[in-house]
Amino acid sequence: MSTTRAAPAPSSRRAAPERGRSGGDDRRLTWRNRLYRFDMRYMPYLLIAPFFLLFIVFGLFPLLFNAVVSLRNYRLDDPTLPYWAGVENFSRLLGDEDFWNALYNTFGIFLLSSVPQLLLALVVASLLNRKLRAQTWWRVGVLLPYVTPIVASTMVFSVFFSRDFGMANWVLGLFGLGGPDDPIDWRADKLHAWIAIATMVNWKWIGYNALLYLAAMQSIPRDVYEAAAIDGAGPWKQLWRITVPMIQPVVLFTVILSTIGGLQLFTEPMLFDPNAQAATGGPNGEWQTIAQLIYKVGWKDLNLGYAAAMSWALFLIILIVAGVNYVVTNRLSGGRK
Amino acid sequence: MGRAPQETQAGLWTYLFLALTMLFAAFPLYWMFVIATSDDEALAKLPPAIVPGDRFLTNVDEVFSLQDVYFAASLVNSVIVATVVTASVLFFCSLAGFAFAKLRFKGSNALMLFVVLTLTVPNQLGIVALYIVMGKLGWNGTLLAVIAPGLVTAFGVFYMRQFIVNTVPDELVESARMDGATTMRVYASIVLPAIRPALAVLGLLTFVATWNDFQWPLITLSGTDFPTSMVAVSDLASGNYVIYRRVLAGAFIATGPLLVMLFIGGRQIVRGIMEGAVKS
Repeated sequence: MSTTRAAPAPSSRRAAPERGRSGGDDRRLTWRNRLYRFDMRYMPYLLIAPFFLLFIVFGLFPLLFNAVVSLRNYRLDDPTLPYWAGVENFSRLLGDEDFWNALYNTFGIFLLSSVPQLLLALVVASLLNRKLRAQTWWRVGVLLPYVTPIVASTMVFSVFFSRDFGMANWVLGLFGLGGPDDPIDWRADKLHAWIAIATMVNWKWIGYNALLYLAAMQSIPRDVYEAAAIDGAGPWKQLWRITVPMIQPVVLFTVILSTIGGLQLFTEPMLFDPNAQAATGGPNGEWQTIAQLIYKVGWKDLNLGYAAAMSWALFLIILIVAGVNYVVTNRLSGGRK
Repeated sequence: MGRAPQETQAGLWTYLFLALTMLFAAFPLYWMFVIATSDDEALAKLPPAIVPGDRFLTNVDEVFSLQDVYFAASLVNSVIVATVVTASVLFFCSLAGFAFAKLRFKGSNALMLFVVLTLTVPNQLGIVALYIVMGKLGWNGTLLAVIAPGLVTAFGVFYMRQFIVNTVPDELVESARMDGATTMRVYASIVLPAIRPALAVLGLLTFVATWNDFQWPLITLSGTDFPTSMVAVSDLASGNYVIYRRVLAGAFIATGPLLVMLFIGGRQIVRGIMEGAVKS
């Protein structure tokens, strides 16, 4: 009984109902059959439904609804404004110095963080790829920053980068840079603040990226290296001429990932500021990023419509930058497509 | 020299460089502990203090007895949020991953492609509208607003699907079907036992990510007395006169559970990250 029912369904690609009907002849479907058919036909949809429902409600809808809000007057402190604002929020954006300043900062910090981060990750990965004692221990070790909350590590780094008794200045002083007589004020100008914040980002993500690279490196066939060594390529040349081109898909993946993450940088610039609640990123916005500006405009100035316009602008910027990065990296790392 | 890197015995320079990397990775955490155990003067020392003090319990006690930051309650909130989200992600993602890996249904390929594409959508960018949606639901200021968006993730579905495709043999599923097992029965008695390692990995990664989230809890829980621990730590550092031994004691407590997890499940976390990478 059960075998005749079960046989055609899971293994055949053909639709179950037709078979069931022709095989069932005049026999009426019992409740067990119905249950069975429901199980085979609709259960899969039931199993995947939670993801789609939640994604649509809390992921996709907000993203699209953001576009609607960006065309509206949506002030939390003044509900009397006319409903639609048209493109006013966007045209205001174009002339908003704060926005351009934040965009400039975001890109500055992004460049200072993503480039060294990925290069160092590559070096660390190629070292981890050698025959090591206590292999697992090293790999787990480089993940310490990854599991550390950014909130916590940023607090520590903020102290490192303080002007008078900061560890950063003390170390630089040992090398004859700055020093106690002429300490660097890390929060006084753009470049220094950017370097400090980029350091935090790099600290967090080098190990994680290194593991991604390591995973890809391990699947490179070994004889490729033998051939290269016969041609006289040293370790450094091997890294750039063989390893990097061969792990190119993962390199692309990390570039896109760090673009998406880097352009949304929020926690580090927020908490680097002793006056974090204001979300201004320094007294004159020296290191205010776009994500931080969105927070300030939306929840400090209470102008959600304008904040939505900014986040949509940022969304478009991320799409463009990720696309450009994809093409450039593809070229540089020797892809053929 | 004609050897692949994997077969090259690591030399002194390799160990030296890796040791430096390690120092760079671990030092901020160590120093967090140093200040968390010290008095006010430790911060203003040159050369900087690098030996832990003896005030850890005093500082921790101060953090917990603050009047305007309810640190203990925020820790409880973090535990609730991270536990509920992790349990839910494991359940829903393994079910969906199972469906995509082993069940046949119309449109499954297109739907799976959709799941993968959603991986590239930065959710954060819908944050203004998400706040409005939560407002309409009346959830802003409650833990529901923090929990709901994380209950199931595209990464989790993708990860589970990969694992189930590779580890659960089709024959096993089919023979269970022959014996009349329902879909849920197959899930419970064949799939679930086979995917325990993947559940551990996804669970660890999800817990870490949820525990560490800052921006969304800050927005949706602002103005409430009982935020998550990350918001509470940032509250410790707000105000005119910041006492850093207190801030870092709080930060250290809020980091503790994750360090324990890395210590216990480090091998799994490493494997999880590496496996997630190659196949994408």
